[in-house]
Amino acid sequence: MLVNKNMIVEKTKQKIYEIGMDDMIEIDAAPNGNPIDYRNLNTQIHGAINENFTNIILNNVCGQRFIGAGLQGNIEITINGIPGNDLGIFMDGPIIKVNGNCEDQSGNTMNHGKMIIDGDGGDVIGLSSRGGKIYVKGDVGYRVGIHMKEYEDQFPTLIIGGTAKDFLGESMAGGKIIVLGLKILQDGTIIENPQPICGSELGTGIHRGAIFLRTDENIEDRLGVGAKIFELSEEDQKEIENDIKDFCETFNIPITTIDEKPFKVIKPISKRPFESNYCGYLV
Amino acid sequence: MRWENYTSLPEQYRNQRVFDGCGISGFINIDGSRVSGDKVIDMISILKERENGLGAGFAAYGIYPKYKDYYAFHFLFDTIAAKTNTLHYLGNNGTIIASEAIPTNTPTNIDNPPIIWRAFFDPKKSNNLEPDEIILKIVMEINANINNAFVMSSGKDMGVFKGNGWSHEIADFYMISGYNAYMWLAHSRFPTNTPGWWGGAHPFNLLNCSVIHNGEITSYGTNQRYLSSYGYKCTLFTDTEVIAYLFDLLCRKHKLPLSIATMALAPPLYDEIEKLDKKDQIILKSIRATYRSAMLNGPFSIVVGYSNPVPTMIGLTDRKKLRPLVAAISDDENTIYMSSEEASFKRLTSSNNNFSMKEIWHPKSGTATIAMLGKGLVRNGLEPSLMKLKSKYEGGLVNGNCA
Repeated sequence: MLVNKNMIVEKTKQKIYEIGMDDMIEIDAAPNGNPIDYRNLNTQIHGAINENFTNIILNNVCGQRFIGAGLQGNIEITINGIPGNDLGIFMDGPIIKVNGNCEDQSGNTMNHGKMIIDGDGGDVIGLSSRGGKIYVKGDVGYRVGIHMKEYEDQFPTLIIGGTAKDFLGESMAGGKIIVLGLKILQDGTIIENPQPICGSELGTGIHRGAIFLRTDENIEDRLGVGAKIFELSEEDQKEIENDIKDFCETFNIPITTIDEKPFKVIKPISKRPFESNYCGYLV
Repeated sequence: MRWENYTSLPEQYRNQRVFDGCGISGFINIDGSRVSGDKVIDMISILKERENGLGAGFAAYGIYPKYKDYYAFHFLFDTIAAKTNTLHYLGNNGTIIASEAIPTNTPTNIDNPPIIWRAFFDPKKSNNLEPDEIILKIVMEINANINNAFVMSSGKDMGVFKGNGWSHEIADFYMISGYNAYMWLAHSRFPTNTPGWWGGAHPFNLLNCSVIHNGEITSYGTNQRYLSSYGYKCTLFTDTEVIAYLFDLLCRKHKLPLSIATMALAPPLYDEIEKLDKKDQIILKSIRATYRSAMLNGPFSIVVGYSNPVPTMIGLTDRKKLRPLVAAISDDENTIYMSSEEASFKRLTSSNNNFSMKEIWHPKSGTATIAMLGKGLVRNGLEPSLMKLKSKYEGGLVNGNCA
């Protein structure tokens, strides 16, 4: 049988990384073919950082949760494999690159830093994030960007190359979500995504921030409570220009592709859409 | 593993609710080739964050080709007396073709391990009852009225192996690697509000239908009352058993096609229905009205194994997608996989260099993904809601068990 019981309680804390370039280190997340526990993996990442490695490559990752939890500083982590739930939770500064898909809740309460996912994302990406950038090349699932928030210079940005499902930007309290509706095939060809740009209950409960959808679909009947569709103003255009440029450079998308469809902007219906629900009697 | 509470749950725990964060995995070979349980053990045990050692189980379809025409009963007994009573009761209602202990790796230092038994059974012919109906009555009678006895499964050419422990422990205990099946389901349990017990582990089975479930059914009370009016007794103090009975009721008794049955369990919202054509609206509203009490509420993702008559694997999540489900198809398009997390598929591809997935996708919420033996992927769970409805009723209702 391929399963080893050591997988369940991994006690060995021996260092198994090999030293490459000066600041680069490779960590095998499945030595002898058996994926190690997430605690052990994060311990090894912390060990490498303590030894001043700034470029960490994780190989054979298979569902380990909480990778890069709460990490700070100028570090780059490259993940080969499938990272588990809560990738980069509470992260504050590092760059995480995933060569492949990621699971649910990536970028949970992220504070600062960048996450580049070269594949599809799961459900609830970027929940409660309060800063930093998350780029997903492919499609994402349900409740993406739920309760993102901004404060002074803290501003989260979430860009999705493909499409999203229901409850995009639910209870959004700041930041921006951009959905491009493209499909990047394995050979690099770029086509328009056949799936609808987003699901129902779009931006339900939104009270700050904005969702930019690159689409000509009629999304009026998918709007959630408190959300409203606006035309893209010049100001909005300026706001997303640099982000889209950066996204396109990251995934080799010709910037001209983006211009083939217009953007629609989803913003709160008023400055305080839910005022009367909570403290109407105070004002 | 926990060597207690085999066939029933002590009284003091019965009124507590169960919240689950379980792991589910399964696959089906379209060409019907039988493979050992190693693959499904790998798939489920990689999701170790989704279990806490309080229950796991496996369902295997196609493991008893020699006895495929007889009902294969898998039993858990506390005492020899319970075994004698149960087999005596079976003998009175038909013929026991074969009866033997299920081989297990029981540690030698356990005082009172459960008696794990299987019997191949041919029910007495009856003029007014179908054989399936007789088996249903027997299962309900044993679970409700014979003390210290529990029926784990009762289908043909299939079996459920479950217990209270980590998934790898249960796999070792039942020697799952030694069985060859064309469809495997596996479950690892994370009960946080009740102690696990052997009978309460998943999969839940009735006749040829097995269910593994992650989540909680908050409509349990409604569903249970509805089922009790059709003679189903819910005796297991956990929510998942209603799903197994509902599938049996809708698909076998009411002869609904699987796609309509899954739609009755997770129907579209009235808001969505209002957007459709008048004709579609009538059909959908009648489904909702007829099976109002069969609707499953609360967060869930389930994988169902069903072989009546064609072995089929069905994946379904609740309408708001509050629990995860990922599906994949192998490179040769012969095997269709479903799991809670994509890590299960990665585990398979990384342990075998010659093997890769052709496609991995996330099915839509409340939309069934259906894979059938011989037919392949009938539904991928991504159909837009309108198309999904159209193809569902055309030719479906008449032919009975087609998807």
